[in-house]
Parts: sequence; C-alpha cells; structure tokens
Amino acid sequence: MAIWLTKDSKVIVQGMTGSEGSKHTRRMLAAGTTVVGGVNPRKAGQTVDFDGTELPVFASVADAMKETGADVTVIFVPPQFTKGAVVEAIDAGIPLAVVITEGVPVHDTAAFWAYNVAKGEQTRIIGPNCPGIASPGASNAGIIPADITGAGRIGLVSKSGTLTYQMMYELRDIGFSTCVGIGGDPIIGTTHIDALAAFEADPDTDAIVMIGEIGGDAEERAADFIKANVTKPVVGYIAGFTAPPGKTMGHAGAIISGSAGTAEAKKEALEAVGVKVGKTPTETAKLMREIMSAG
Amino acid sequence: MDLYEYQGRDLFERHGLPVLAGGVATTPEEARAIAERLGGRVVVKAQVKVGGRGKAGGVKLAEGAEETVARATDILGMDIKGHTVHKVMITVTADVAEEYYFSYLLDRANRTFLCIASVAGGMDIEQVAAETPERVVKAPIDAVTGVDEAKAREIVTAAGFPAEVADQVVDVAVKLWQAFVAEDATLVEVNPLATTKDGGLLLLDAKVTLDENAAFRHPDHEALVDQAAVDPLEQAAKEKDLNYVKLDGEVGIIGNGAGLVMSTLDVVAYAGERHGDVKPANFLDIGGGASAAVMANGLEIVLSDPAVRSVFVNVFGGITACDEVANGIVQALALLEQRGEKVTKPLVVRLDGNNAEAGRAILDGANNPLVQRVDTMDGAAERAAELAAAGN
Repeated sequence: MAIWLTKDSKVIVQGMTGSEGSKHTRRMLAAGTTVVGGVNPRKAGQTVDFDGTELPVFASVADAMKETGADVTVIFVPPQFTKGAVVEAIDAGIPLAVVITEGVPVHDTAAFWAYNVAKGEQTRIIGPNCPGIASPGASNAGIIPADITGAGRIGLVSKSGTLTYQMMYELRDIGFSTCVGIGGDPIIGTTHIDALAAFEADPDTDAIVMIGEIGGDAEERAADFIKANVTKPVVGYIAGFTAPPGKTMGHAGAIISGSAGTAEAKKEALEAVGVKVGKTPTETAKLMREIMSAG
Repeated sequence: MDLYEYQGRDLFERHGLPVLAGGVATTPEEARAIAERLGGRVVVKAQVKVGGRGKAGGVKLAEGAEETVARATDILGMDIKGHTVHKVMITVTADVAEEYYFSYLLDRANRTFLCIASVAGGMDIEQVAAETPERVVKAPIDAVTGVDEAKAREIVTAAGFPAEVADQVVDVAVKLWQAFVAEDATLVEVNPLATTKDGGLLLLDAKVTLDENAAFRHPDHEALVDQAAVDPLEQAAKEKDLNYVKLDGEVGIIGNGAGLVMSTLDVVAYAGERHGDVKPANFLDIGGGASAAVMANGLEIVLSDPAVRSVFVNVFGGITACDEVANGIVQALALLEQRGEKVTKPLVVRLDGNNAEAGRAILDGANNPLVQRVDTMDGAAERAAELAAAGN
C-alpha cells in the first residue's frame, strides 16, 4: 500500500503530446507506471509510440476515463491553459489530478480550487508547481526521478522538488512508501496536513519526513495538526533561514511578508510539538535514520 | 510585484474608482508643471515602497507652484528607512471627514481571497485588529462567485459603515474587486478610504501587488517595473532566463531547484559562522536542465558580482544526470575563457544523485586547478566558506 498512488493506479497525461509531457510520459512508463493514454482534443483518435508502447490520445479526460478506467491525471499543459485543464479533470470526476505546471496565475488556482470545493472535492489536486507523487516500486505520477530511491516505510511530503529528491536519495536504503511534492505556489490543492493525515492512516508508513520553506503559515498549521492527530514520528526540515524579507526565492510562494512566513517561526512551531527539525538536509536524513533504526 | 502609490492610483482611476486628481514628478520642475495644472493647494508625497512616510517627513502640503517646487526639492532624494525618494506624487487636497479601511488580498491558508474592512481607517490595520478586533471584518471571498452588489452589501453592513455612505462604499467594493481580478492582483489595499465633507468618497492611498505569474496576460504590467530600482545583476540574469536574487555576501551560489538553492544558502551561512562570517552572495536556480550554456550564463552572472570570492555549485542529479552536469561545468569554464572572461575564483562542486560517480570522474579528468570536488553538501559548503574567507 501507499497513499493516493498505488500499483493499480491508471494514469493519463494531459499535455502528453507536448515536449515536457512526452518526455515525462516516457519516464513514467520506464518507472513502471501504468500510463493508459493522453488527452489532446486536436489529436484525439491518434496514438503515440513510447519506445514500443502505443498510447491512445483522447478528446477529453471524461472520454479517457470511460475508455481506460483511468483514475489519475498528470497535467503538463502551459500556464495559460492550466485552469481549463484542471476544470476539465474536476468535471470528469477523476479522483487524483497532479498539476506539474509552474507559473500558473494565483487567481486561476484559486478559481479551480473553489470550483473543486463547490463540486464536493471529488478530485484530489496536487500542485500546481510541483514534481508530483511517487510510490517507489509501484507507480510514479509526475517528474520525480524514479531510480534514486527504493520502496520502504517512510512517508515524505515536501514543498520543494530537488529537496524531495535529495531526501529520497539520502534515505534510499531505507526506502519510502510514498513521496508527495505538494508544490511551492501560494495556493496549492494538497497541503502538508492532507499528506500527514494520509500517512498517519497508512498501515505501510512508519514515520514521516516533512519539508517546508519560507512563506505562508502552512508549516505552523501542520504543527498544530501533528500535535492533535499524528502519532507516528515526524522529522522536519525548513529551507530559507537566510532569505531576505520581501524577495521571492524561486518559488512563487517562497516569500517572507513583513514578519510572517519566516523559517525560524516554522522551526519553532514544529519543535514545540515534538518534531525534530534538522539544520541541514543531511542532518534531517540522519534524524530519520535514527528513528527507523530504533524501529 | 509591489506598485508605487502613484501606479496604484492610476490603476484605480482606470477601473473607474474615485481618486484625487494628480501626477507624478521626478524633478522639481516637473512638480511645478503638475502644481500649475492642478492649481491651488496640493499634497506632495514621497513615492517609496515602505510605510511611515508621513512620520519621516515625506508627505507635505503646499500652496501654489513655488511652494510645491520647494517641498518637492526637500522630499526628492530624501532617505526613508533606507529607500531613496526618486519620485513624488502631487495631488489636489481633500476635505476629509471620516477615514475607513478596505482591502482584498490572497488568503493562502484558506486557498481563497479575503476582504478586510474597517471603519477605523488611517491607522495600521494590524494594530487595529490586535487592539479592537470587533472593529475589523474579515470576509472570505469565493474565487468563482466573487464580489457582486449583494456580497459587497453584506461586507459593508458587517463592518458597520454608516448608512449615509453605505451605497458609495458598496459601489467602491464591487469596482475594487473587479480591478483586483482584472489586473491579477494579490493585494489591493486602500487606507484610508475617506469620506469628504461635501459627501464624496475617495481612495486616498493605494497599495497594490500584482501576480508576476499572470504577466503573460498583462503586457502592460512590464512598464510598471521600476527599472532604476532593479539590481543590474538581477536584470542581466532575467534577460538570460535565470532565477537570480542578489544578496550581500561572498560565496556565490549556483544550484538546481528553488528549495535546494534556499537550503544551500542556509548551509553556507552556517559554515560561514566558522569562517570569517562569510555569507551567501546570491540565490541562483538554474533549473533542472543545467546544460553547459545555462551553467556558463549562471557562472558569468555570479562571477560578475565583485564581492564573490568563491563559488559553490550544488547540483542534485534527479532528472538531469550528473555526468551531463559535470560536462556542463567543464564546457562552461572553457566557454567563459573563449568569451574573454577567464574564471579566476575557486569553484567548489558537489554532485550527487544520478550518475554521480561518472560526473565526479569527468571533473577529476578535466583537472582544472580552480575546481574542487567535495561530495557532500555540508562538506562542500564548509570548503566554499573557507575559500571565501581566505580569498580577498
């Protein structure tokens, strides 16, 4: 088992025929993901060859679901079309939509999120501006490199892509149940709290690594949630202690506004509820290693 | 992107909101022309992106053109909390009766937008909220349904605006929401929103933040960037599609992925505490690709900062394999030499992840005396800090 993405997941790709979409469809297939098709209304009815695997292109997410039984979509369309693509996925009622696209206007994200809420949140949205979700050895939906870690019993949730990879790699011998990159935008569909709740409930996850960064108060709220709801050990890491206020550090959401959103405040909130917070990614991995070896 | 008050005022005016007539001047002579056009009594306001202008002496009244020139001369060039005043806004004056507060902003925690309204305007709203929370209304706004007249009236009633101004505030609330959406803003704040003694309603200040991710549908927003305030290195990096932020330090940083680069800055700063208190000189995310050309552009930008004494290249090979990155570094150094910009500062390179062994072998094989290979992030940060402390 794993959270949200398992070996039984059937994945479609919105934007499969674009350059990023086709590159990563190939990688997902190589990682053993069951990719069953793509969506592009202008190329509906065609097939695309990925090193011997012929994947059909459908006119809509709804068509793709009907024909293939797909339950996950990975979205690679450019920012100006992302809102439309997510709304289409919500309308089709697909259980999981992973939005990789970076640079989506926050009004668009707010709009598709509100639309999803109005529709009863039948679709779990991960992202935007995220690397996706990987359950090592089972399935990989997004751009997380599949071959840097193994299957195991650690759950990982992170705002940052490369820090996710770094942590997966440092703990590759112990391995992960599921790694979720929730994305670095100011508004995201799946939060640290959603992932913490899912890992807490997952019988195949024993401990959780949570990676945060400056901006907003998601980590502080996650700390409150951990205190009330999480019994499994959690290790944390926060990036951006040296970031100056008022400057966006790469991710659209990574900005200290006035005195809010600092790394120090996040670290303190997590430590106050008993989460061990590493000073560097390597030290964080070491803290998790100690927990897993104490078993 | 945060706008100056005068840019916010212009934006409000374009969306049919009531603002004071005025203009912006960069010289006393321009101020004179505006004062002559407006006539009578005016306010001269320093244009800086920081609060507390009034207390710092950056807001003055003036009667007629001569006095306006004098006040503009005083204020232009003034330093307000580290911000030099390069522009003044000049507007006609208003006979203010009451001051209120009104804003729309992004509410990250609730994944939507928020309206904050209060009849206690003209003061710091956070202070009002802390001292008299009952005087501040915070209303979540549904991003799909937005603010129509009914929603606006609900907010105005909840905030306790007096009956005689309610209709006007409702009108402003609807138009301000339309401007907020149309311009892809993440903040529009009016403090004060003022009634005048003749029964009018005016937006007397404008604090506006625009979403840079929405730039593709707002070609006009580019003109709002204050080129004079942009760091020249940040500008050069932007032209090369690099995500670079200039900081004050000695260790140049290049990495892939925003989170990893932020983390690299922290690790270098910790190492610096043991080595002459050196600090990271910049944030530079070269993204997933890390080709030779991108690496060369990145190195060029980082090394053109004269404060840089060593460079830490921190790459985790995830999608990109480390051997490609290593080739990129070797080729980038050759490319810079061809451009006549031979690198003389030491480079500490940490490669980990996919094909790390092959990448390290390429660096070793190139045998460049400036390139030092350290295989852990913490160790490499230590070495880069040490080299920066030793260099001068």
